[in-house]
Amino acid sequence: MIQNAFYILSAIAIFCALMVVLSKNPVHSVLYLVTCFFAISGHYILLNAQFLAIVNIIVYAGAIMVLFLFVVMMLNLNQQNTLEKDTWVKFACVIGGGALMLALTASIRTAELTTLSVTPLSNQGTVQSIGKELFSTYLLPFEISSILLFAAIVGAILLAKKEID
Amino acid sequence: MNETIQILSVSHYVTLCTILFSIGVLGVLLKRNAIIMFMCIELMLNAINLMLVAFSAHSQNPAGQTFVFFIMIIAAAEVAVGLAILVMVFRNVNSIDIEKLQNLKW
Repeated sequence: MIQNAFYILSAIAIFCALMVVLSKNPVHSVLYLVTCFFAISGHYILLNAQFLAIVNIIVYAGAIMVLFLFVVMMLNLNQQNTLEKDTWVKFACVIGGGALMLALTASIRTAELTTLSVTPLSNQGTVQSIGKELFSTYLLPFEISSILLFAAIVGAILLAKKEID
Repeated sequence: MNETIQILSVSHYVTLCTILFSIGVLGVLLKRNAIIMFMCIELMLNAINLMLVAFSAHSQNPAGQTFVFFIMIIAAAEVAVGLAILVMVFRNVNSIDIEKLQNLKW
């Protein structure tokens, strides 16, 4: 049952990731990426990380992807979907990406992970346990990340606003 | 919930994350549209997140999940600033094609 869910979610995630790269229309790419993020959230639920699944949906599929859609809409990119590289460059890119995947798989195969199995604790990924971790052990990084978000907001506004002369 | 103990090994997740990460790298190499390159970077970040969660569930250690939470915060900040830069580039060059941004090319 869980294995079937894993394979279905993996198939959805890989198909949508491929369609992000292959589709011509940027809006279609964004929508496929949202579907891919939902599949990854399903994986989080399978791994018993409920908090991260919800945060992934809210932050990635909600906020970040809406930002992408707005930029695609504002820049009106649908007229410029003929941006393509040369065939030879594409060929070299595919060979390079495939070689990277081959190298990663070959290096991971030697790591002897095959005998270990995932046995998640029942209360490990809940909001309670993650919140306890965040507000005790990782309190300082948590506060610093709020400063980082604030700096990002100010920087984004400063960069994107029009010059008023 | 003891009956939901999984029979999946970590190498399943490692394989899936490797494939997703490679698709992201492929997209960054293959595309000329800067927004789609950004989306492929997000894809790579998500592959790494999934791998961290799998390893954290394997070693019964919640530190991996808090780390994923911080990666999400960084990704949100990065996307906000990056998209603002893209809007500025579009305003200056009137295109989102990265081949037109070659002022720094030697």
